[in-house]
Amino acid sequence: MTVAIDRATGKRRGDRAPRPGPVSRLKHAYQKHWYAYAMIVPVVVVLGTIVLYPLAYGFYLTLTDANSLNSARTIGVNEIEATYKFIGLDNYADILWGETAYDRFWSHFIWTIVWTMACVVLHYTIGLGLALLLNQKLRGRTFYRLILILPWAVPTFVTVFGWRFMLADSGIINSGLESLGLPTPLWLEDTFWQRFAAIMVNTWCGVPFMMISLLGGLQSIDGVLYEAAEMDGANAWQRFRHVTLPGLRSVSSTVVLLGVIWTFNQFAIIFLLFGNTAPDAQILVTWAYQLGFGQQPRDFAQSAAYGMLLLAILIVFTSFYRRWLNRNEQQLAI
Amino acid sequence: MSTITVKTEAPTDRPAGERTPPVKRRGRGERGPLAILTSHGILAVASLIALFPVAWLVFLSLGPDKDDYLRPGGIWGKMTLDNYAFVLQDTNFFHWLKSSLIVSLGTTVIGVLVAATTGYAVSRMRFPGYKKFMWALLVTQMFPVAVLMVPMYQILSDLQLIDTYLGLILVYCSTAVPYCAWLMKGYFDTIPFEIDEAGRVDGLSPFGTFARLILPLAKPGLAVAAFYSFITAFGEVAFATTFMLDDTQYTLAVGLQSFVSEHDAQRNLMAATAVLIAIPVSAFFYLVQKNLVTGLTAGGTKG
Repeated sequence: MTVAIDRATGKRRGDRAPRPGPVSRLKHAYQKHWYAYAMIVPVVVVLGTIVLYPLAYGFYLTLTDANSLNSARTIGVNEIEATYKFIGLDNYADILWGETAYDRFWSHFIWTIVWTMACVVLHYTIGLGLALLLNQKLRGRTFYRLILILPWAVPTFVTVFGWRFMLADSGIINSGLESLGLPTPLWLEDTFWQRFAAIMVNTWCGVPFMMISLLGGLQSIDGVLYEAAEMDGANAWQRFRHVTLPGLRSVSSTVVLLGVIWTFNQFAIIFLLFGNTAPDAQILVTWAYQLGFGQQPRDFAQSAAYGMLLLAILIVFTSFYRRWLNRNEQQLAI
Repeated sequence: MSTITVKTEAPTDRPAGERTPPVKRRGRGERGPLAILTSHGILAVASLIALFPVAWLVFLSLGPDKDDYLRPGGIWGKMTLDNYAFVLQDTNFFHWLKSSLIVSLGTTVIGVLVAATTGYAVSRMRFPGYKKFMWALLVTQMFPVAVLMVPMYQILSDLQLIDTYLGLILVYCSTAVPYCAWLMKGYFDTIPFEIDEAGRVDGLSPFGTFARLILPLAKPGLAVAAFYSFITAFGEVAFATTFMLDDTQYTLAVGLQSFVSEHDAQRNLMAATAVLIAIPVSAFFYLVQKNLVTGLTAGGTKG
């Protein structure tokens, strides 16, 4: 009957007492924790039905050769039974080291990694720079802040179309470049410039979140620390290095992780910027979508297998990231 | 504190620790005029970059011709609101708006209701399986759309839920629920535990403490979670594109694409629609942005 608040240590009185029998231990645990379990039941049920079950089903599909021609479907009044068959791990083998594995998987894999790293580094450095600027006593800083979060305030699917108008062959960006006598790249057609444009647009969309989170972090750093550092003769760079950065650690580790996950999974920007026109600029997520829904016949099994691989990559990354944080005695704040 | 002042202010000729008083001593947080000017300069340029794509969209939406985006200079002479009139009167705009609102609000309500107690439980209680549960919540948030898309499509078509609002709401809840739980945990963490203890001393059960003491205090946190699920659902593209087939059931994100997916790209109408969507959403965003920031960083800055 006495749970509720034991978060501080996770230890409780009686831990040292001789272990009671299993039945009474179970009873004890039940009495002690049933509140907690009752409270998390709704989420567990929801996640079980709309996440775990589809996930398991999706994994099963990756072991088959399901596509839109052999899946169960209804044409008019005729119901056609599913005819796909179990093929084991062939999908994974085909994706990872099949004949054209490089063109289909690895090239997109490399581009996805480059994309994620480039975007997150840009998000973080620009966001931190702007947050530092906004954190000083400056006339009009509220005004700047309100404008700077605009890219976050407007839904992505709206602004991406704005960018498409600007990036079009003779859109405003190329007109501007031309009037300056600079080359005018084919932003939406040439692979390199497609990738460049995608990173640019995603950076534009993602900086405000970083900026605001880091600004919150900066404001929570105790001003006394700066005074102390100054008394000790630390110059501005040393104060930044030894007071600001450590003070931002927990916020940083959180937003970087979120940033990596969100960028890695960023669907809307690439999908809306290029549609189906840019096979080489697709990251793994949009590529998987294209396999499953953007072509005929729809290859459900391979698309689902890509999904599983993506999830595996993210889980591995997050595990290492967390372990790395723990080793440096940082906690993930989220 | 600012990288800019670092460059302009850092004393290069004076070793740190030397005690010679500078000619003019500045107090903490004050900077030279050059540093201030640089800060303003950078912030102004950044603001311009942030503003321009949106402003450009507004400008293009005033041009009556569908290729005006290629000849923006011509728009000045013939600005008109015709595009807006057309979008509001002769397209499915209001159908799309309705769909978007139903789906987003549905997701928000379910997400917040289901996740509230969980956020509290994981904030206050340590139970066996706690770590695994938190890990599960985190993992669910990093699902790429590709993971659930195919199985969800199959399951929903088995249940005849393709092209229904309920189907889309269910799909969105798969991310909104764990997300809300995380956000609310962060907020509950900022509410002093002494309040719970006081409630317990006064004889309330954990449920009573939660409902009568904590929930009223946590309203801003709930609002943030609600807002996040709303904008996430509102802006989602992949599932909405695939699962909504009837063009009166499209959400705004899908409807907007439908202007260009045909051979004839009506970019002027698209720009007008985009502006019509952007205005209320950003207005709403600005109303709540203060809470948004606190809500976001509440968990983060506690460390």
